[in-house]
Amino acid sequence: MTKFIFSRVAQAVPVIFIVITLTFFMVRAAPGGPFDADRAAPPEVIAALNAKYNLDAPLYEQFFSYLGDMLHGDLGPSFKYPGRSVNEMIAGGFPVTLELATYAILLAMLIGIPIGIVAALNTNTAKDYLPMSFAMLGICLPSFVLGPMLILIFGIWLEMLPVSGWGQTPGDKILPAITLGSTYAAYIARITRGGMLEILSQDYIRTARAKGLSTPRIVIVHALRGGITPVISFLGPAIAGLIAGSFVVESIFQIPGLGRFYIQAAFNRDYTMVLGTTIFFSVLIVIFNLLADLLLVWLNPRLRGGKS
Amino acid sequence: MTPTYFKRISLLLIPFLTLGLMACSKGDSKSQVELGNEQSILHLGNGTEISDVDPHITTGMPEYHIQMALFEGLVAKDPKTLEIIPAVAESWTVSEDGTTYTFKIRDNAKWSDGDALTAQDFVYSYHRAMMPALGNQYAYSLYILENAEAFHKGEISDFSQVGIHAIDDKTLEFKLIAPVPYFLKLLDHHSMFPVQQKTVEKFGAMDERGTKWTRAENFVGNGAYTIKEWTPNKIFIAEKNPNYWDADNVSIQQIYFYPVELATTEERMFRAGQLHMTNDVPLEKFAEYKTDAPDMLYTAPYYGTYFYRFNTENEALKDVRVRKALAMALDRKAITERVTKSGEVPAYALTPPDDYGYKALAAIEYNPEKARELLAEAGYPGGEGIPALELMYNTLESHKKIALAVQQMWKTELGVDVTLQNQEWKVYLDRERTGNFQISRAAWIGDYLDPSTFLEMFVTDGGNNKTNWGNARYDELINMAANTGDLDKRFEYFQEADQILVDEVPIIPVYYYASKHLVHPSLKGINTNVMDYKPYKYMTLVPESGAAE
Repeated sequence: MTKFIFSRVAQAVPVIFIVITLTFFMVRAAPGGPFDADRAAPPEVIAALNAKYNLDAPLYEQFFSYLGDMLHGDLGPSFKYPGRSVNEMIAGGFPVTLELATYAILLAMLIGIPIGIVAALNTNTAKDYLPMSFAMLGICLPSFVLGPMLILIFGIWLEMLPVSGWGQTPGDKILPAITLGSTYAAYIARITRGGMLEILSQDYIRTARAKGLSTPRIVIVHALRGGITPVISFLGPAIAGLIAGSFVVESIFQIPGLGRFYIQAAFNRDYTMVLGTTIFFSVLIVIFNLLADLLLVWLNPRLRGGKS
Repeated sequence: MTPTYFKRISLLLIPFLTLGLMACSKGDSKSQVELGNEQSILHLGNGTEISDVDPHITTGMPEYHIQMALFEGLVAKDPKTLEIIPAVAESWTVSEDGTTYTFKIRDNAKWSDGDALTAQDFVYSYHRAMMPALGNQYAYSLYILENAEAFHKGEISDFSQVGIHAIDDKTLEFKLIAPVPYFLKLLDHHSMFPVQQKTVEKFGAMDERGTKWTRAENFVGNGAYTIKEWTPNKIFIAEKNPNYWDADNVSIQQIYFYPVELATTEERMFRAGQLHMTNDVPLEKFAEYKTDAPDMLYTAPYYGTYFYRFNTENEALKDVRVRKALAMALDRKAITERVTKSGEVPAYALTPPDDYGYKALAAIEYNPEKARELLAEAGYPGGEGIPALELMYNTLESHKKIALAVQQMWKTELGVDVTLQNQEWKVYLDRERTGNFQISRAAWIGDYLDPSTFLEMFVTDGGNNKTNWGNARYDELINMAANTGDLDKRFEYFQEADQILVDEVPIIPVYYYASKHLVHPSLKGINTNVMDYKPYKYMTLVPESGAAE
C-alpha cells in the first residue's frame, strides 16, 4: 500500500509542475495586462506598478522567482486586490467552497444512492423510469437555470428561504447546496443503478435470495458494497469538480467562495491569483483522485494485486 | 420482491424534509430590510468586489461608494444642487488672480481614532498621493499644483517645493499653476481624501502599495463611517464614526455593502427584502418597475457618455466624410427608445449637459440623406467599394444589442456592411490601446462636474484618445481653457472644442448614461443628480413606510 501511495505521489509532482508551467506562460500570453483599465494610466504609473510587482524582469526570471517563492509556500500578492496576498484569498475562500461542496455531495449521495437502488430493484417499471427520467432532467438542467428557478419558487413566491448570502441569514445555505448537488445526485443515481444491476445478477446474490434473506438485507449487506464501487470512483473527480466548478452557484447566490475569485482573477489578468488558484485546485484534484483510488482498493480486495 | 422497506424509509423522509425546510423558513419573521429599519442598518448593493479602500490606489466606482462613507475631503457637494459646500474645511479664500487657495480646517475635525485632523495631514496625504512608486493613477490630476508634475515625474525630490503648504495646524494653502476654476470640485474626488500618517506608516513605507492599513482592525479615516468588517466577496460593513465632526447629523448607524456583480441577482435580493437600494436595475426589469412601482425606481441623467471611437488611420475612416456619414446615419433616438430603454438620452456631442452650467451647443445632425451624399462624395456611393469595416465591443449583452442596431442602420441607410466583433474586456482594452481596431465601443464617466473631464481626453496623443486623431486648434483650446480664470471665456473654448469633435468626428457620441437604482420606500434622503452623488450622512430609515412592499 505504501508503495502504491508513494508511486502515485511521485507521478503527481511532474503533473503539477507541467500545470504550473503551462498556466504561467499561457496567462502571460493572453492579451492585456493586470493594469489595463478603460481609463489608461499614464506610462510612468504603469512603469512604477510593473517595477513593484517585478513584471519588468525577463519572463524566465519571473518564472523561476515565482517557482522559488511557491516552494516556500508564498503564492505572491494579488494584483487586483493590492492589500491581499493570494495565500490569504485562498485561505478565505476555500473553506466556504469546501463547505458548499460538502453539503452538495452529501445531498447528492443521500438522494442519488437510494434512488439508484430503487430503480435497480425495479428495472423497467415505473419505479425505474420515473426516477431515471428525473435524473436525466437533473443532468441536463444547468445550475444557472435551476438556481434562479429555485430562488423564484422558494425565495420570492413562497418567501421561505433567502435568495442570497452565506451564513448571514438562517437557511441561506439550503438553496445553493440543492442547486449544486442536484446534478451530481442525478449522476450518482444513474451510476448506482448501473452498479447495482450488475451486482444483483451475480450468483452470490441469487444464493442469498435462495437462502430466504430479505431484500433490504441482501441489498445493504451483500449488494451495496460491490454496487457502490462505481460511485466511489466517480466521487474523487466529482468532489474536485464540485470545488473547482462551484463558480456559477457562487455567483448566483453571492457566496464568497474560491470559485468566484478564480474566474474573476482570469478576467482581471491577476496573474498570481490565477496561478495560485490553479496550483491549489490541481493539487486538490490529485489528492481526491488518490483518496478515491485508496478507498476503492480498500473496498475491492481484487484490486489489492500485490498483496495476495 | 416489493421493497416495502424502502417505501417506509422514503415515507419517513418526507415529513422530516418538510420539517427541515419549515424550520428554516422565515414564516412571519421580518425581512432583512425591515430588521434593518429597526436596527438602523442600511443594506446596499455595490457592484463588483472592491479592490481596496485606499483612496490613492483605487480607481473604481464601487470603491468610491465605500470611500464616500469612510473619508471626507476639504469640501463636499450639496446633494441637491451639487454646489461645493464646506466639509473638513469650514471656509476658504481665493486670491484675486485665482491661483492661491487658503483653507481653514474645522477645529473639531478629527480622525476616527480621536486625533485632531490638521493641515499637515493634508500635506502628508498629497505628498503620498504624488509619490511615484505608489502608482496612484490619479496623480496627474494634482499637476495643477505648482511643481507637482516635476515631483511626480521624479525631476525634483523636495516636496516642500510643491504648491501645498500648512501655514499652521488649521490653515492650508494651495498654490496653483493657473486659475483652475474647477479646483474646488476636484477636491471632492476620492484621490484628494486624506490618509493618516501614523496609520499608514505603521504598516509600511509612505509609498508602499497594498499594506494592511486598510484592514478593518487597522483602519483610521475621517469620514462619517469607519470599517467594522470586510470579508471579500461577501460583505463590507461600515459603522458610524463617533469622532466625525458632524456625527450628530448622521442618522444611520451601520451600512452593509454587498458586492453583487449580477444586476439580476441584485434585483432578486431587492424583491426578497434583502436590500434597501440597488446599484443598478437590469434592463429587462426596468419597464416593469416603471409601470408597476415607479416610486421605487430612481433614475436620472448621468454624467457619462457612450460613444464609438474611430481609428482615423484606417484606409476608409481617415476620410472625414466617411466618418461623418456613419455618424449622421445613426438614429440615436431609436437606440435609446427601443434598445437601451432605461432613461438614456440621445447624445449629439461628447460632453453631457450638466444642468448647472455647461451644455454643448454643437450637435451632429441625424440626416441619412446627407449621410448618403457624403459617402458618395467620398467615393463610396451606396456603400459600394468601401473597405471592410469591423465594429468591436467588449463582451456584454447590452453592447451587442446596440451594435446590432447600429449595424442595421448603417446597412439600410448607407449600404455599408460592418462586421461585429466582441472581445473579452482585457483583449478589447489591449486592442484599443494598440490601435488594432477600426470602430470600437467606448464610454467615459466624468470625474468631476466640468467639461474638461471629457474634452481633455481627445488632445493629440492623449493616453485616452486612442483614435489617432489630433487637431492643433483643439489642443490650443483645451490649453487656453486650462489657463484662464474667466468662466465665460472658458466655456466658449469648450463649446468650440465640442464643435471641432462634431465637425471632424473622431468619435460618434451615441447616448448619455442614466443612473438607475431601486430604492425601498423606507429609505429617505436620496436625491437624484447628474453625478449620482448620494452621501450617506443625509440618508435616514423610516420604518413606518417599510410595509409598503
